[in-house]
Amino acid sequence: MNGFMSKEQWKKRLNRRILVNRIFYILFFAATTIGLIFLAMLLYRVLTQGLGCLNMDFIKGFPAPYPDEAGIYAGIVGSIYLIAIVAPVSLVLGVSTAIYLEEYAPKNRISRFIQSNIQNLAGVPSIVFGLLGLTFFVYMMGFGYSLLAGGLTMSLLVLPIIVVAAQEAIRSVPNELKEASYGMGATKWQTIVRVVLPASVPGILTGSILALSRAIGETAPLLIVGAAAAIYTLPDSVFGPYTAMPIQIYSWISRPGEEWPLVAAAGIIVLLAVLLLMNAVAVIIRNKFQKRY
Amino acid sequence: MESAGSLKKKPLDVQEKIRENKEKQKMFRKLEKLVPVFLFLSAAFSVMTTLGILFTLLKEAVGFFSVVPVKEFFFNTSWKPWSGSFGVLPLITGTLLITFIAISVALPLGIAAAIFLSEYANSRVRKVIKPTLEVLAGIPTVVYGFFALTFVTPILEKFIPELQIFNALSAGIVVGIMIIPMVASLSEDAMNAVPNSLREGALAMGSTKFEVAMKVVLPAAFSGVVASVVLAISRAIGETMIVTIAAGQSPNFTFDPTMSIQTLTAFIVQGTSGDTTYGSTIYYSVYAVGITLFVFTLAMNLLAQYIARRFREEY
Repeated sequence: MNGFMSKEQWKKRLNRRILVNRIFYILFFAATTIGLIFLAMLLYRVLTQGLGCLNMDFIKGFPAPYPDEAGIYAGIVGSIYLIAIVAPVSLVLGVSTAIYLEEYAPKNRISRFIQSNIQNLAGVPSIVFGLLGLTFFVYMMGFGYSLLAGGLTMSLLVLPIIVVAAQEAIRSVPNELKEASYGMGATKWQTIVRVVLPASVPGILTGSILALSRAIGETAPLLIVGAAAAIYTLPDSVFGPYTAMPIQIYSWISRPGEEWPLVAAAGIIVLLAVLLLMNAVAVIIRNKFQKRY
Repeated sequence: MESAGSLKKKPLDVQEKIRENKEKQKMFRKLEKLVPVFLFLSAAFSVMTTLGILFTLLKEAVGFFSVVPVKEFFFNTSWKPWSGSFGVLPLITGTLLITFIAISVALPLGIAAAIFLSEYANSRVRKVIKPTLEVLAGIPTVVYGFFALTFVTPILEKFIPELQIFNALSAGIVVGIMIIPMVASLSEDAMNAVPNSLREGALAMGSTKFEVAMKVVLPAAFSGVVASVVLAISRAIGETMIVTIAAGQSPNFTFDPTMSIQTLTAFIVQGTSGDTTYGSTIYYSVYAVGITLFVFTLAMNLLAQYIARRFREEY
């Protein structure tokens, strides 16, 4: 028996290994659920605090110096206006970039550089985009603290996300479809417009909606490019002052007093509801129109 | 008669058609050549954005360093811009403190979740848990900030009475929770890329699932896991709203997590808000802090890419 285990030793060891396996199974599961528990607590907390303030007056009201008069209407409208600027700008630029990289780009150093540049741009903190917007759009272009400056800054922020999403959607179009189109005598551009893009639209839309919902929840860059906290009119032009939902929420959080957190929580409910709606639309589009080839 | 007439006309028509067709072809050919140019310009736009970021940050930071010496910026331990002392160290320690706390939360939880999802969970459980976990990544950071300030801090106060209302601990924990999905999903991708034959080999030798996860899958996916953590560090460094709301605005040169601190990002918010005038030293200092932040996060992102590429195991 020298150098070997006895049967008892072996059994003991096996039992211990099985026990360790079981313990870690439970630990890993617990670790996974901690994030979920946190999410549940966050939602519960926001709902219990905010529902009391949430009514039609809140949704239709403007910012006010008193908690019971404050409303988020200017924020909702401002966020919609922002998206009305961000969506076309970032979609046109993003989808064109994706088409170029997937369909036209030669395999050379420049293309690789553009690709890795987009990857790095996606990792730049949003607040740095805010600084770019402040220098370039607010001061150099002379847009001031306007809706246009905010919208263009946000467009740059979501651009890399949309490019990556569109690239994935375009890449998933099978080669047979393209080859069939070429075989019928279609040119490259005709193939892209009539075959590749229609097939990848659901993927592009899904990714873009998720990117835009990121833009709606983003606060820091808008703070930098001067979205106003207190505003009593809706923006009348793209050069006018504006606010957005997260800006309103932030300004309520930073006010002293017992009641402002409740108002902030009500604002958060509205913001989360909008995000939930957008995500639901994205999921529906994906499930309904996405073909698997 | 009629048919004869149309027969006479037809050759003419065809010629015209051919000519028309040729014109059209010419236009198409032009379009075919123009489109890639336009598309290339769009693609170049993203490079312009990067250059724009570098240019604006550098330009204004140079303006700053013409007033404040570089040595003071990097070695002075006091950051009181409104009374003229510009030592960035307190902001850096604040940022590092938040990042350290966040990673201490996100590293074990994120990797454990990744192991659970890729090694233990069946596909039905995974289909429920994974998207739910990703919801955490979609919640706006201003909401996390609110939660940290009004919920996490009061709870922590019960255990640590000397905790300040604004403190690094609460903000750091919540930043950590925020980046769990990032660590978990990127690590899980790396683990999924480990071929099943390796797992089956280990299982056939009598390993338990835990041993397979620890001794086979984790080492094989190591580069991907490390890259995910480095990316998460970069996210934590750049996170703004949570720390602005919950960690405070007092640049203390400390590593005490119960104290109020200020991060690089939080100062940028404070320095650009309202009463800062264009062209003042404080305005320029924002960009000096901004370029410090940019260099930190860029270094982390490049490091993550390098690790993922350099140490990737090919199967």
